[in-house]
Amino acid sequence: MSATAAPFDAVAAARAWRPPPLIATRWLRWAIYLGALLYAVLGVATVEVNWARAAEGLERGARFLAGFLPPDFLTKREDILEGLLESVTMTVVSTAIGIALSVPVALGASRNLAPLPIYLFCRAIIAISRTFQEVIIAIVFVAMVGFGPLAGMLTLAFATIGFMAKLLAEDIEDIERAQAEAVRATGAGWFSWIAWGVLPQVKPRLIGLSAYRLDINFRESAVLGLVGAGGIGDTLNTAFDRYEFDTAAAILLIIIAIVLACEYASGWLRRWVQ
Amino acid sequence: MTPDARPLLALRGLTKRYPTGDLALDGVDLEVPPGQVMALIGPSGAGKSTLIRCVNRLVEPSAGEVRLDGEDLTRLGRGALRRARRRMGMIFQEYALVERLSVMENVLSGRLGYTGFWAAWFRRFPRRDVVEAFRLLDRVGLAHMADKRADALSGGQRQRVGIVRALMQDPALLLVDEPTASLDPKTSRQIMRLLVELCEERGLAAIVNIHDVALAQEFARRIVGLRQGRIVFDGPAETLDAAALTRIYGEEDWSRTIRRAEAAEEEELA
Repeated sequence: MSATAAPFDAVAAARAWRPPPLIATRWLRWAIYLGALLYAVLGVATVEVNWARAAEGLERGARFLAGFLPPDFLTKREDILEGLLESVTMTVVSTAIGIALSVPVALGASRNLAPLPIYLFCRAIIAISRTFQEVIIAIVFVAMVGFGPLAGMLTLAFATIGFMAKLLAEDIEDIERAQAEAVRATGAGWFSWIAWGVLPQVKPRLIGLSAYRLDINFRESAVLGLVGAGGIGDTLNTAFDRYEFDTAAAILLIIIAIVLACEYASGWLRRWVQ
Repeated sequence: MTPDARPLLALRGLTKRYPTGDLALDGVDLEVPPGQVMALIGPSGAGKSTLIRCVNRLVEPSAGEVRLDGEDLTRLGRGALRRARRRMGMIFQEYALVERLSVMENVLSGRLGYTGFWAAWFRRFPRRDVVEAFRLLDRVGLAHMADKRADALSGGQRQRVGIVRALMQDPALLLVDEPTASLDPKTSRQIMRLLVELCEERGLAAIVNIHDVALAQEFARRIVGLRQGRIVFDGPAETLDAAALTRIYGEEDWSRTIRRAEAAEEEELA
């Protein structure tokens, strides 16, 4: 700094300083804020609420809920048990198959391992698997293989591939390069390199995701019954169709209990492998 | 040239240009005879790391030859390259141990180049490999740590495991990339001393990338200086003077740096 320059005034600079706004361009910032507000006002204005109908619905809803009480676990216990067993089988088998298939897809979908063509192919598999909601896939599979748990199993396995492969590939892309490089430098072959340099780094995540997916698959298996893909959802659907709301309530309670147990178990497992 | 004088490693016109356009190595010619520990010094970005990675082709050279025992490694196919890599042990700056594996597993991973996939998957290594692993761990004072996880070790211990892993390959040459960069001064000296001792015991040649000029002078007989991908100094450690350092690193007051090696020696004796 030259001797003639005015001394820097930190106080004035501090007074002029403002935290940077989220959107730097002033007119764009206001345009977005005003646009959002306008949209909200117009949106609310277009909703037609029939208060009389809502009040009536409230009463009807109360009667509907009253039909659930008390839950009846016993009358249809064989149907419930069969549905449950089917759901659990469906969940376990589809999770196992899905994980087994997702590992090679995940390896292929990791940019740091796979050459570009394989990477794009595996990413495409993931994208297709993740695009459609399980129920939509289930409808397709039911059309293909008929009603029953096979369709549900195929659906869940297919959805598992996209879910697991995407998240696992993310983890593989984040591995410590040096550790993998060191294993490669020993002259290890490709498979040994994956098994020793890459797998140990992603194992906790692989186990954690598997447990999480098992839990998701059970929940989904309950939904899939609604489109005829077998399991406890089928039983639930039948109960509703026959206006057996007390049985339906029992099934819902069982589903809630199992989902909670699964969630607790998978959370515990994930903490344990860290 | 007599057969005895044939270099273990010979680089001819070794050049590496990265896809970004950076010329990391610019026609490097270098010969390393069997059993010689050579220090490679130079400023950050001079290409030291690229040079040793071009030797075992963790980085693919753009041009030039890398001859190990006369065989040009740059022309090898995948299988032959893997076999050639077994003869070059590598030691890394941040140890590069697989942290979730045990010390023993890390050490045995040095044998992966000799082991089939299923044997490696089920950790079924030949008994003599396991015996050798324990012998080497004991040599570096870590036999009792065999079943510890690698990330439970201190920096100096991890680097010793890294050295043992490289030795398990039964190499002829060690490629050592900044072995002391993450270590305190005392541990650095211990590691360098161990490295040099082991090379002498086993008749290994080594290229040691190192930032610390004083350490390089103390532990290596030959020093090669790299600047902007070219060799600008190559001579015995004693001949590395202020003029040479200026050629390698640029203008700076080097008088203290050169004296430091001697001073540190005295300090240790005292």
